[in-house]
Amino acid sequence: MILPWMIFTFIFNYLPLTGWIMAFQNFRPGKGYWKSPFVGFDQFAFLFREQGFWRAFRNTLAMSTMNLVFGFVFAIGFALLLNEIKNTYFKRTVQTISYLPHFLSWIIVCGLISNILSTSDGAFNNLLMWLGIIDKPILWLGEPKYFWWIVAFANVWKETGWNSIIYLAAMSSIDTSLYEACEIDGGNRYRKMWHITLPGIRPTILVLLIMNLGFILNAGFEVQYLFGRGLVMDVSETIDIFVLKYGITLGNYSLATAAGIFKSVISIFMIVTTNYLSGKIEDERLF
Amino acid sequence: MIASKKKFKLGSIEPIVFRTVNTIIMLIVIVVMLYPFWNTVAVSLNNPQDTLKGGITLFPRIFSTYNYETVFKNRLLLIASVNSVLRTGISTILGVIVAAMIAYVLSRPEFLWRKFATRYFLVTMYVSAGLIPNYFLIRDLGMINDFSVYILPGLVSVFNVIVVRSYIKSLPSSLFEAAFIDGVGHFRCFLLIAMPCSKPVLATVALWCAVGAWNSWFDTFIYCSSDENLTTLQYEMMKMLAAAMSSSSRSGDAIYQAGQAASNMVTPVSIRAAITVVAAVPILVVYPFLQKYFVKGVMIGSVKE
Repeated sequence: MILPWMIFTFIFNYLPLTGWIMAFQNFRPGKGYWKSPFVGFDQFAFLFREQGFWRAFRNTLAMSTMNLVFGFVFAIGFALLLNEIKNTYFKRTVQTISYLPHFLSWIIVCGLISNILSTSDGAFNNLLMWLGIIDKPILWLGEPKYFWWIVAFANVWKETGWNSIIYLAAMSSIDTSLYEACEIDGGNRYRKMWHITLPGIRPTILVLLIMNLGFILNAGFEVQYLFGRGLVMDVSETIDIFVLKYGITLGNYSLATAAGIFKSVISIFMIVTTNYLSGKIEDERLF
Repeated sequence: MIASKKKFKLGSIEPIVFRTVNTIIMLIVIVVMLYPFWNTVAVSLNNPQDTLKGGITLFPRIFSTYNYETVFKNRLLLIASVNSVLRTGISTILGVIVAAMIAYVLSRPEFLWRKFATRYFLVTMYVSAGLIPNYFLIRDLGMINDFSVYILPGLVSVFNVIVVRSYIKSLPSSLFEAAFIDGVGHFRCFLLIAMPCSKPVLATVALWCAVGAWNSWFDTFIYCSSDENLTTLQYEMMKMLAAAMSSSSRSGDAIYQAGQAASNMVTPVSIRAAITVVAAVPILVVYPFLQKYFVKGVMIGSVKE
């Protein structure tokens, strides 16, 4: 029963790995893998000299780190606050609404962002003008310095509710007698949060951190692809977009594959290291 | 967010202050989560020319279904909707069956290669060949501009397999033992015991498959962009958005129509709003009903090994 699917997985997930040969060749689609000349590590050497690649690397790392940090802080903060709501009906409503954006595609989210941040009657500009913080609309999507923040907060908006599910579930499994003990010792609400709730969900946080660090070079694609135009391009281009540009648009398959391999190697390295470290520190391993 | 509640105000008034502040924060969260979408619905139901004047917030000013009529009369968008529905339906059904089959085998303790097979599938979650090798594979398999490219490459979802496997493992083993003593084979055990007992988790996985299939556009973009009969809603949406971004990100003027509509009554902003709603509603309608399942599913998925 499993064999056909193992073969199937082999075809779609393992077979393409042979394509990594391309990165060590000067690949021409007309010649195929067998006849394209081998060039050793020349493609990598070229890649590492290419400025655009390092820029893409920096952008990817910056954006995914921001996503990671804000994602964790907001999800945990939201879960902590939601955990304090006693009215179950209200709690459930808030929760249901907070998941909503998770199910929308990034394309739709991008459309919504562009509406909200629009200079002509965009809600965000209107709000800031109404509050008197700015006196004329700002072209948020056209300014390089805002771009990473927009990506980070788009991620926060989309995923906070979803990510908090897991923390809330972890919180609900904390032994209530710990809270009672803390109360008897005179601990107030904040002490309980700090000394019981947060340590209680630490294993969960760690596991999620390991899982996410493996994807550190995936900073998302759609927001950067759709909004990265004009001036913003310098800060928006990620490795994925670099690969797309060189591979599909410019037809430099070998270079794009080399960039892809670089990305894969880094993620494997990250996941193995963090897994090892967390096994050492916390005795909490993923595999 | 956290800073506001860290203010230490002890005494009897503190719980009330905290509760009020917390409730207000939650209300703000609700507004922030809902407003962008609500606003889009309002714009999509407003008269397109009137929308250009601005000021649409929560409700349409001049009610009109014109935008939706334009969307549904457009041949390309109709094809796109049919394709989106088809690929979602087929991938969901097949995806759930495949995940359940693999998960059942991996959950059986008497399967000798269990450890190897589990690793074999897990590796694919973290190692991917990358865009270009995958592209050549699909090309060599003759799946460019073919509907099968929407179904086959993503059929085995390792994450879903793990979620289902954990669930089947948590079922009482006496259930299976009893069946085997009664002389039931693996296939019947799978169909008559494992599948019916894991309905909640299968519902979760079905939701994930459906959302994933409905929301994806990149495969259309890479593999099927030259055949307009294979276009999908999300891809059309992406094209409109990309056009809007490149022509001008500051105004909603109607420079680009991209052959979208013949009438000059239609404006890009309004049409985009209508398509957004069409592309989002199926998911929004389904998900509250499946909520109790997927919360459980997330939990199971998180305790992997």
